[in-house]
Amino acid sequence: MSFDLTRRRFLIGSSVAATGLLTGCDAMVQSTTVNDILQKAESLTMGAQRLLMSQQTLAREFSEADLSPVFKANGTSQPDSEDYARMTENNFADWKLVVNGMVKTPLNLSLADLKAMPSRTQITRHDCVEGWSAIGKWTGVPLGLVLEKAGLAPGARYAVFHCADDLEPSLDGSGRYYESIDLVDAWHPQTILAYGMNGKDLEVAHGAPLRLRVERQLGYKHAKYVMGIELVDSFKNLAGGKGGFWEDRGYEWYAGI
Amino acid sequence: MASVTSGVTDTAKPKKVLFYRHSVAVRITHWLNVLCLSFLLMSGLQIFNAHPNLYWGQYGADALPDPSFISIGAVEDGNTIKGVTRIGSLSVNTTGVLGASTEDGELSPRAFPAWITIPSYQDLATGRRWHFFFAWFFVINGLVYLLYGLIGRHFRRDIVPTKDQLTPSHLAQEIADHARLKFPKGEKARHYNSLQKLTYMAIIFIILPLMVLTGLTMSPGFNAIFPWLLDVFGGRQSARTLHFISASLIVIFVIVHIVMVLVSGVWNNLRSMITGYYALKFEQKDEVSK
Repeated sequence: MSFDLTRRRFLIGSSVAATGLLTGCDAMVQSTTVNDILQKAESLTMGAQRLLMSQQTLAREFSEADLSPVFKANGTSQPDSEDYARMTENNFADWKLVVNGMVKTPLNLSLADLKAMPSRTQITRHDCVEGWSAIGKWTGVPLGLVLEKAGLAPGARYAVFHCADDLEPSLDGSGRYYESIDLVDAWHPQTILAYGMNGKDLEVAHGAPLRLRVERQLGYKHAKYVMGIELVDSFKNLAGGKGGFWEDRGYEWYAGI
Repeated sequence: MASVTSGVTDTAKPKKVLFYRHSVAVRITHWLNVLCLSFLLMSGLQIFNAHPNLYWGQYGADALPDPSFISIGAVEDGNTIKGVTRIGSLSVNTTGVLGASTEDGELSPRAFPAWITIPSYQDLATGRRWHFFFAWFFVINGLVYLLYGLIGRHFRRDIVPTKDQLTPSHLAQEIADHARLKFPKGEKARHYNSLQKLTYMAIIFIILPLMVLTGLTMSPGFNAIFPWLLDVFGGRQSARTLHFISASLIVIFVIVHIVMVLVSGVWNNLRSMITGYYALKFEQKDEVSK
């Protein structure tokens, strides 16, 4: 009898507590103080990974047999601007990669220019922040070679990738996709500007004509439809100031986890 | 003899002896663990909801023909939706709880319901922020506990079963006692029984470390640092599945743990995990007969 009373009281108490907890949780989630504390874990993750990995530590490379039968296309699969439509019509012959910002020599590289440079082919796993993975074969020019060609000005700290797609349609361009990585990842041997996938030219759904591969981070860092690379000392003044489309929408800038 | 004893206990209160069962290190790490695991579970289910399918192997996505062997989704059903949980080829209608449940008064497609995810609404970025913060908290707390367990001899003294606790006859007796919810009293309650010890060992040394390692195996950064983890678990998607399974095992453990606390003297158990002191009850035969 006394046990029943205790149990009943416990059950009533816990359901009241659970209801309070649910609204309490959402209130905590939206508190900036709480968020500031939680965000400290991101620097801890980045610090730990950077401490344990060297500049040369490679992401696993797989064999042809491991390739996903179908590589899922995510995010934008067809940029809808007229400029982009015109470029696809003549197979990106007029497309130029602009490299500017804190560089000694700004560059304008055609797809042919990029294909004439030394290339790297790698079979790697692409991990979406949502949880799925796909394995693909990527061919492209190491970003480091392009940066060497341009020459970095003193103080350059990040490479920002400006893209052709508006992932979130907007009038002011704030929905334009962009990403950024620091120089540790920019000089990494597996960080390539890929123009080929699975032995063919990169398809529109996967970011034609050029997409970034930054293999030690999650999928949203791998910017598709790259139109320009800007070297900066800070991304504070770009778009939402967090260094990327998804970063401006709450995701971590360092996506190694 | 038995009838005499029971006659005596009616009039005599059993004698209580308080003894110091849980050190301050065990108590603090226990409650911090409760905090961490609660937030890890709720934010983990938020993350799972972003892609409620589980696969085996290196890759896996909701692009056919990748086969998922567990999925929790919603399908159209006339002008409403129904939740469907699928394990292999077995599909079960789980509307209301899994696949489709009420959010803001409306039946919405979501794998796990709003009342168990943090935040209650779908927000992967926030779920991840909470998950990784408490993952670090959990790992640091766990390391403190492991160090204390080794150096403070907590494992040897309290957790590892003694030889005579592991004899088949002793184990059979304990299983029979547990099934009848008959718990040791008096001097015998001074130490954990062997079923308790074996369960705690499995949680401390197998399931919780598995949780951390499968979690790390999902990180592309840690994959580059510890590529052997991919071989141990058979790939990132296998690790994700194992992460889900070991989380489920922890949930089952916690449910059984709480039930055991409730049926074996809830206040005594709670007090001992808060103040450290656990009461042993002895029948007062001697004093009564004086």
